[in-house]
Amino acid sequence: MRKETLQILRDPSTLLIAAVLPIIILFLFAYAVSLDIRQVRIGVVLESNDASAQSLAAAFSGTRYFLVTPVRDRREVVPKLIAGTLRGFVVIPPDFDQRLASPRLRGGLIQVITDGSQPNTANFVAVYAQNVLAGWLVSYQTQATPAPVWVPRFWFNQDIDSRHFLVPGALAVVMTIIGTLLTALVVAREWERGTMEALMSTSVSVMEILLGKLLPYFVLGLLAMMIATLLSITVFEVPLRGSWWALLLTTSLFLIPALGQGLLISVLSKNQFIASQFALITGYLPAFMLSGFLFEIDSMPWPVRMFTHLVPARYFVSSLQTLFLVGDVWPLLLPNMLGMLGLGAVFFFIARRKLHKSLEA
Amino acid sequence: MTWFSPAMRALIIKELLSVLRDPKSRILLIVPPLAQLIVFSFAATLELTRADIAVYNQDNGAWSRLCVERVAHASFVHQMYPVYSETAIRQLIATKQVMAAIVIPNTASSDEAAGRSVQLQIILDGRRANSDQILLGYLTEILARLNAEPVNASPTISDLAVTRHWFNPNLIYQWFVVPGVGGILVTFITLLLTALSIARERELGTFDQLLVSPCTPGEMIVAKMVPALLIGMVLGILMTGAAAFLFQVPFVGSYVGLLLSMLLYILSVNGIGLMLSALCNTQQQAILGTFTLVVPSVLMSGFATPVENMPAFLQWVDQANPLKYYLIILQGSFLKNLPAAVVWANDWPLLVIAVVTLTTATVFVRGRLQ
Amino acid sequence: MNPGNQTEQPPAIAINAVSKHFGATVALQAVSAQVKYGYLTGIVGPDGAGKTTLLRLLAALLAPSNGQILVAGHDSVTEPEQIHAVTGYMPQRFGLYEDLSVLENLNLYARLRAVPAEEQAALFDRLLAFTSLGPFTDRLAGRLSGGMKQKLGLACALMGKPKVLLLDEPSVGVDPVSRQELWRMVQALTTEGMAVIWSTAYLDEAERCESVILLNHGQIAYDGAPSILTQRLQGRCFRLSGFMTDRRQLLMQALDLSSVCDGAIQGDSLRVVLRADHDLAELRQFSQDNAAQIESLAPRFEDAFIDLLGGGSGGRSALAERFEPIQNSTRSPVECHDLTCQFGDFVATDHVTFHIRQGEIFGLLGPNGAGKSTTFRMLCGLLKPTSGEARVMDIDLRHAGSAAKRQIGYMAQKFSLYGLLSVKQNLQFFAGAYGLDTALQHTRIDEMVELFQLASYLSAEPESLPLGTRQRLALACALMHRPAILFLDEPTSGVDPLTRREFWTHINGLVRKGVTILVTTHFMEEAEYCDRVALMLQGKVIALDTPDALKRSAVTAEVPDPTMEQAFIHLIQTAQSPQQPV
Repeated sequence: MRKETLQILRDPSTLLIAAVLPIIILFLFAYAVSLDIRQVRIGVVLESNDASAQSLAAAFSGTRYFLVTPVRDRREVVPKLIAGTLRGFVVIPPDFDQRLASPRLRGGLIQVITDGSQPNTANFVAVYAQNVLAGWLVSYQTQATPAPVWVPRFWFNQDIDSRHFLVPGALAVVMTIIGTLLTALVVAREWERGTMEALMSTSVSVMEILLGKLLPYFVLGLLAMMIATLLSITVFEVPLRGSWWALLLTTSLFLIPALGQGLLISVLSKNQFIASQFALITGYLPAFMLSGFLFEIDSMPWPVRMFTHLVPARYFVSSLQTLFLVGDVWPLLLPNMLGMLGLGAVFFFIARRKLHKSLEA
Repeated sequence: MTWFSPAMRALIIKELLSVLRDPKSRILLIVPPLAQLIVFSFAATLELTRADIAVYNQDNGAWSRLCVERVAHASFVHQMYPVYSETAIRQLIATKQVMAAIVIPNTASSDEAAGRSVQLQIILDGRRANSDQILLGYLTEILARLNAEPVNASPTISDLAVTRHWFNPNLIYQWFVVPGVGGILVTFITLLLTALSIARERELGTFDQLLVSPCTPGEMIVAKMVPALLIGMVLGILMTGAAAFLFQVPFVGSYVGLLLSMLLYILSVNGIGLMLSALCNTQQQAILGTFTLVVPSVLMSGFATPVENMPAFLQWVDQANPLKYYLIILQGSFLKNLPAAVVWANDWPLLVIAVVTLTTATVFVRGRLQ
Repeated sequence: MNPGNQTEQPPAIAINAVSKHFGATVALQAVSAQVKYGYLTGIVGPDGAGKTTLLRLLAALLAPSNGQILVAGHDSVTEPEQIHAVTGYMPQRFGLYEDLSVLENLNLYARLRAVPAEEQAALFDRLLAFTSLGPFTDRLAGRLSGGMKQKLGLACALMGKPKVLLLDEPSVGVDPVSRQELWRMVQALTTEGMAVIWSTAYLDEAERCESVILLNHGQIAYDGAPSILTQRLQGRCFRLSGFMTDRRQLLMQALDLSSVCDGAIQGDSLRVVLRADHDLAELRQFSQDNAAQIESLAPRFEDAFIDLLGGGSGGRSALAERFEPIQNSTRSPVECHDLTCQFGDFVATDHVTFHIRQGEIFGLLGPNGAGKSTTFRMLCGLLKPTSGEARVMDIDLRHAGSAAKRQIGYMAQKFSLYGLLSVKQNLQFFAGAYGLDTALQHTRIDEMVELFQLASYLSAEPESLPLGTRQRLALACALMHRPAILFLDEPTSGVDPLTRREFWTHINGLVRKGVTILVTTHFMEEAEYCDRVALMLQGKVIALDTPDALKRSAVTAEVPDPTMEQAFIHLIQTAQSPQQPV
């Protein structure tokens, strides 16, 4: 409807959230949030003067995974580990050469200490320290039997660039903000200002009024999605392997539960402060935490896993990642679409029922 | 003392009542954040517990069967899908039925027996690169143990590099997540509370009433801080308690240090909220403004990914992000017994942010009396 | 003006024994009435009498708890859509979209009302001409003055040619000139056969309705032509004039006479209404004692209204009696020189200069958008003048310290109370904010609760109170610290006459104690209470004098004895005539 469209254009704050916020979020996900850990700061405590020990220390310094602070005494690195300026340190003991020579002592060749308060990074430090050691051992002593190894191949994202799956996920978060938060606020404001009463006295049915209100936000959502997608492809260099029309179809279907949720929130709260609280608690944060975007849904405990089915973003994140990185995989897209439609129907149904009692109170 | 003048007291009581008088809003302030802490803490896990894996075993040898069996019995594996073609793998992965597929070439067992190098293929779903890395780590460990079993008992690489994870020996992910989620939720609530406080009065017309009253802008700002400070502290302490007792995250640091830092942190968030509120004319602007601020500050706080991974420019911007400092103190207090000097090193930026933003907010309010 | 065949026509609205409860509260009880086509029917009554509820029931936005409502023959419960199709409804806060222009608002309602596209242009032309909004089609609704907003709201409600038009207090906050225009528009509509319902707190408006329904406590107290009710008061209304004593004191004494039911100040004279079963003897004696002349007046609907509801609340302000007399501190407590305020190109106030004497009621009048509020806000220190200066107690309030601000009482249009705090907490807050110490807070609050009969509302929220009580509470909050100067910004907007009388009793009492009062108002009878009135137009003061002098300056051949409202309109029109209309 034209009215809402004009209002969106007139109100700079709405434009801000529809245009600026998505760009900020996308930008941050593309550049600030990166799950590819590189250049982790560690210390290497070289307690031995042997040539072999120095060669191993050099191997640590040489890898692109670590940014090494070389020291002689472990007392220098312990405070730094506690303060968080180092994420771990490797100790090459004084008797490193002897241990290396004697097969029976090789059980503890070096020590790797990590900062377990950041489990992700700690894990990384441990794994890559072992890798460096293994690599160094192979080049240092040739007689070792080669151990079986995994040769990983990453489908759909060969260079395992985390941006490739973070950006589609971030799009889902952005669309949740536009769909749910904005609708909740706008409709709550109408209640606050009393414009709802005037509209309801016209012969247009309540549902028509609301659909009329939601339609511009639907279009705004689709537009924002197209702009964000273009941005993702061109600036952030995320491939789009699926088709545009499947992307728009999925987005349209996602906007149904997202707008429905926003509408429901506004009907229930009728007040902008409570509406924003609700939108935050039931829309934005779950889109972040429970959508499978940052954390694997399969690994969550079952009650939480069940609960994620009520989060529209869950279906959208999975669909978007597939559309961007894999292609139009209909066996995966269709069930997600059904999920979003079903949730949308539930939200609208409840909103409608609650609305009928709205003036009597 | 102006702090306890009747006007000051009246303002403070008014602010407290506006937030806390209604039992429903009291509940809304405390219960959802706690519920979210619990749900999110269980949800935010980077461990894998239920991985589905496809196996394409082209080899008939005993070693390859042993290998598959070991993987199948690993605790993180939920189900194995035997497949017999690459197309089948592609289909299973594309539809997300499996996380990864193992391909064992037909020469694997014979190569292993002959002491030649064995290369097993693992195909991973690039859409979940984070889980991929973890899965790869788990599988490497299995292969290493399998290799170490025979009689020659050559030590595995993980035996050679003795690894100790300080502060969190078993790398329990919740120990990391719970304090952080608690901190973020406190941020959201206190920021929203303060950001709306002035904007709401302006929208309802009571702000004019305040401006013509003898209350000074400084008094108004201090009074507006009180409820958010109080609720923030209560919530912060509740969150800390829930982390320590409900989630059993060990707390080895100093309570006093944490409480002091919490106070400074909430002050700085209040300052930001009030500054925003003094600038906005409507509640809607204030809410949208809050979002525009809080989303980046959470993303750049070091909670999702380490700060040092960010580009230098963003790290520089991040110096003004109070959440970054607070998370260091919070996580450090729980697990590390952070020395007072380190706590202080992260406290003083909070203090600077609080002083700057609160002063600016007061100036803005005074400026509104144009 | 009504169609001749009205006897055969079914009524536009039939209300049959309708009751409405909200939980335990009864908003309407056993209300029965009929409204005819081609008639203008007023719904009047004190605040909280159920006017808005009745209109919402008629608009089929609420369903009655008992009884039946037929609008144009449609049942409001079973056929709400048909009712929506034939009625236009303008709620108190009309749903104009402030971010949309006039034309965009009209377009929106045209679509909502499904006006065929080919008729739209003609209809818009007619409505725009009708409302004289033609020159402003591109202006944002939020930037319109109060009067223009109401006209636009009316235009939107008229979209789709309704048979029944429901207007909920359309004239609140609208200046006399715009009110007169609104009124003319609505009368034109009834001649076309439309049934119009106009709820109002302005009784001079009700008087001009062809029929009124007077609601009190959710029940109909009177239903019929206003003149019939007014007739009852024939021979009971008098004017006292020519006395030498202070008119405020005289009014107070007059109201305390047992035979007097109601009284008000009219410039230098008093208007007094006798109780039903009393004769003139007491009043005649009273006027003789005070050397006043007494003459009979024609009754007004307002007199009848107050009489029907049992009369006013006496002439003494217990509140004012407790005030210490204000010492003569400065000659003119409020003054402004060449006060100018510019917003971009728009000059809101243009070199405004006046002085208010101590112990004076100074009225600031003018059409919506004339610059009253801007002047008022600059005097309160809420707005910075572009040039010139505004001084209160010889200081500029913008830089005033707390001590100076404690001399000021402020009560704004919407009675800015804290909705999230209870009545008692509001009182406590304002007492504290003005620096009263704990002991004094207690005594003052107890005093206010007693004086304004707030005891039964203490734990309620201000929003849930009837408008009149809310206004009393706001006045209590503004006076707790006993200010020497009181700023009142449309203090009685939308409040019923009984409460308004009580309010002015307090104000009169305060002035007698030396309190200086600056008031902006749209009620012309309230202007009569002022010692001097500044009339503003387009940012300038076009007249500044006593009410009587202003009235005298408006005497013409056709209007030998103008009312304040007629004087207002006359002065505005003469000031505007050489220029282009705005």
